[in-house]
Amino acid sequence: MSRVLIRGGRVLDPSVDYDAVADLLIEDERVVEVGVGLEAENAEIIEAKGKWVAPGFVDLHVHLREPGQEYKEDLASGGRAAVAGGFTSVCCMANTDPVNDDPAVTQYILDRAAKDSPARIFPIAAATRRLAGELMTEMAALKEAGAVAFSDDGKTIMDAWVMRNVLEYSKLVDAAVVIHAEDCGLRADGVVNEGRMSTRLGLPGNPVEAEEIHIARDIRLARLTGARLHVGHVSSGGSVELIRQAKEDGLSVTAEVTPHHLALTDAITEGFDTSTKMAPPLRTESDVERLRAGLVEGVIDCVATDHAPHAVYEKDVEYTAAPCGVLGLETAFGVVNDMVQCGEISPLELMRRMSTAPAQIFDLEGGSLQSGAVADIVVLDPEESWVYDPAEGFSKSRNSPWAGERLKGQVSATLVDGRIVYQAGRGVLAR
Amino acid sequence: MGGLESFKPAPVDAEQGEERVVLDDTSIHRALMRIAHEIVESNADLKLLYLVAIPNGGVPLARRLAQNLESLTGNAPRLGILDTTLYRDDLATRGTRPRLRRTEMPSSVDQSLVILVEDVVSTGRTIRAAMDALMDFGRPQSVQVVALVDRGHRELPIKIDYVGKNIPTQPGESVVFRSEPQDESSDEALEVVVQSLAGSDSGLNPSQGVGELA
Amino acid sequence: MIGQDLLGIESLDRERIELILETAEKMQEIGTRDVKKVPTLRGRTVVNLFFEPSTRTQTSFEIAGKRLAADVVNFSVSSSSLSKAESLLDTAKTLDAMDPDAVIVRHKVAGVPQRIADVLDAPVINAGDGAHEHPTQALLDMLTVYQEKGRIEGLSVAIIGDIAHSRVARSNIYGFTRLGAEVRVAGPPTMLPPQVDVLGVKAYTSLREALDGVDVVMALRIQNERLGGGIFPSVREYSSTFGLDRAKLRFARPDAIVMHPGPVNRGVELSHDLADHRPSVILDQVRNGVALRMALLYLIAGRDFPQDQE
Repeated sequence: MSRVLIRGGRVLDPSVDYDAVADLLIEDERVVEVGVGLEAENAEIIEAKGKWVAPGFVDLHVHLREPGQEYKEDLASGGRAAVAGGFTSVCCMANTDPVNDDPAVTQYILDRAAKDSPARIFPIAAATRRLAGELMTEMAALKEAGAVAFSDDGKTIMDAWVMRNVLEYSKLVDAAVVIHAEDCGLRADGVVNEGRMSTRLGLPGNPVEAEEIHIARDIRLARLTGARLHVGHVSSGGSVELIRQAKEDGLSVTAEVTPHHLALTDAITEGFDTSTKMAPPLRTESDVERLRAGLVEGVIDCVATDHAPHAVYEKDVEYTAAPCGVLGLETAFGVVNDMVQCGEISPLELMRRMSTAPAQIFDLEGGSLQSGAVADIVVLDPEESWVYDPAEGFSKSRNSPWAGERLKGQVSATLVDGRIVYQAGRGVLAR
Repeated sequence: MGGLESFKPAPVDAEQGEERVVLDDTSIHRALMRIAHEIVESNADLKLLYLVAIPNGGVPLARRLAQNLESLTGNAPRLGILDTTLYRDDLATRGTRPRLRRTEMPSSVDQSLVILVEDVVSTGRTIRAAMDALMDFGRPQSVQVVALVDRGHRELPIKIDYVGKNIPTQPGESVVFRSEPQDESSDEALEVVVQSLAGSDSGLNPSQGVGELA
Repeated sequence: MIGQDLLGIESLDRERIELILETAEKMQEIGTRDVKKVPTLRGRTVVNLFFEPSTRTQTSFEIAGKRLAADVVNFSVSSSSLSKAESLLDTAKTLDAMDPDAVIVRHKVAGVPQRIADVLDAPVINAGDGAHEHPTQALLDMLTVYQEKGRIEGLSVAIIGDIAHSRVARSNIYGFTRLGAEVRVAGPPTMLPPQVDVLGVKAYTSLREALDGVDVVMALRIQNERLGGGIFPSVREYSSTFGLDRAKLRFARPDAIVMHPGPVNRGVELSHDLADHRPSVILDQVRNGVALRMALLYLIAGRDFPQDQE
């Protein structure tokens, strides 16, 4: 039997609203006990004085690029980046090559992940074949193979009739459908938020209305169908209001927000750095404020990174030609911890948005430190300040708007299945 | 920006060092009249005279010289202004490019007896640049040089044909020609001063004498 | 300014703009000589890096460089021919290894000159990037207006056309407002950028109101590729509502001048008559373009200079 004792940390367990300085004892892959003055023989000790001990982070939205684009990322490097960022479970989107629209691909991802990744990896299968927005996928078979949700993320299902059928059919497998909400016609060739910056820079604008119109449509389709709708990467203040209304109406609607939409505005597109290009684009100060408020209130259920690695040479091109997306896994805590530092949210509630809430949305194990819970755990130093250098990180790619930036809040250790898989200063320890 | 007349010489900070007048308006007048006489004596066909002023200092001097020549011969010589900045030999070694001055050449210099007019000549580099520039305006019959002040320290084989006054200078000293106001008025007051720059051992090297190049 | 990039007018202060215009004014004289060449940039290399074809601007830079005795190399790359293996920035780095003294960049996408400048040692001059900036066009426009009117401060300038997609509009707005002019923009609502007040101008959808009492009218070119873009119904409707002719020009001051960055779509932005005759000053703009670009190359071209030796 292997034992790990995490001693003297501030234990944060959102599943039971527990927030106290305590020890946490793990035996094999399970949490045994949380309490004061715990002793254990032959246990590996993690001193956690001054640190937070929380359920491992759960990310509902990452792009790990395998199969097909392993030069950007693969399940091994993505898994290492995940645990380095405190994530013990990540859900990978279906826009791989081939697309994860077939149980064989789902199975392949799970097999590779089991061998290569220190983090748990859960595939999200495509909602329509080849992400074409036309024919729905074999959801039952995909669910059977291990898919945890369905999404065409990266593309939008523009045909409302198709979307209605996807939502209806998803009830058969009782899984959430994740939407990438952008009205493609209205977005047109927009690459930055439409507004003052797009006018100054002369780059084509993408108005918030392109997102809001689509979210409004799908909320109505969720009402029509009664299906589980999860809104990916919400970027506008107006979208927060639409989701709030849907929840008040009792619909089964959940939502996520990325660290970058919580922290950055379109002002950083000033230098035309393509590491600031993502879909949906960065918005304004007022959107950031409303997204942060939405997360605090719980209208936005969780933080998801939309970790989207791209090779340097792919981003070293014209702003309009560069692929969308930025890295997110390794910087997530350092970025969102700012909300605790600013007193906007309590540590316990932030941990809920990072672990317990997302785990519930996709019915995943995790998000709890209760006795008997799986020992997926993160130890965090909320006061440690560090400078992020993507070249030193675990992702294969470097496209981050935080390259060279100082962040406050660092992952000290990550445990998956009771094993220490990452420790600051020692790196990734498993696989 | 200002128009063509907008350039003004950089104001001299008098408190920086000592300054003594070596040529006042009257003596400059006298020198220019003497030079006009010498030009008349040395040149056969006075109709071919073409005075070319090197700005900024050369402009008021050439104007007065032209008046003197007209009063002596009854003919006003042609008068041009030629900026030498784009022909300088030190553009590649300077941190900033100097401001340009005006060039106004009313006609080609083909077959002319060109008289270059400069306020202070030292190294001879500006005269060299002026001759190169001149050749872009045609093929003169001859080129002669007027300098109100020759302060020595020549670095190129340049001969001054008509000198107002020789003023040998020490390191750390500079010779400055002033004309106020610098416009079409003929009543401008001219003077030449020698400045010894306070605390400047390094001073200006001869090729950067204020009067010649600044 | 040696070694400094010129990426846009937005980042230029008034003093810099005035130095450039004053220098350009002096450079004009060279164009009147028999021998239109000075030895100033002998031995220096100027590269025209044009990703988007533009015969006019490229030729203007080429003549400017040659009049200053620089070696001018034209390096045309069509964006589509950039292979996947060589990124935009690779191209720039390759070029930099050849030690140019100035690189002129034109691209159909906003921000490319900036990105190239980020990796280049040589100074970069933006010759037009997407709908962002076209600083040399604006500077030559300012020079033209200055020489016509004797001042820029206090003038009213109306820019007419597709403001949203116009780099010429942006650069001119920044330039003229920085020198103290009032700038108005006018066009169909679909051609006005969102929150245009951020640029420091007032927007009009009535040509008559926009022209009321202005000293300068600048018509922008309607890009043919916009025809199918759904932002205006037809050329005929555009020219009847925003095309300029002598009748509409009567709303402006009697001594107002008419400008156009060229090439003119005759009968669309300007009537035939206006395109060719006063008060339009289109050929002066072109002529000033060479002097202006000579001024920029004179002030900027070079690298590894000891700074501020004076």
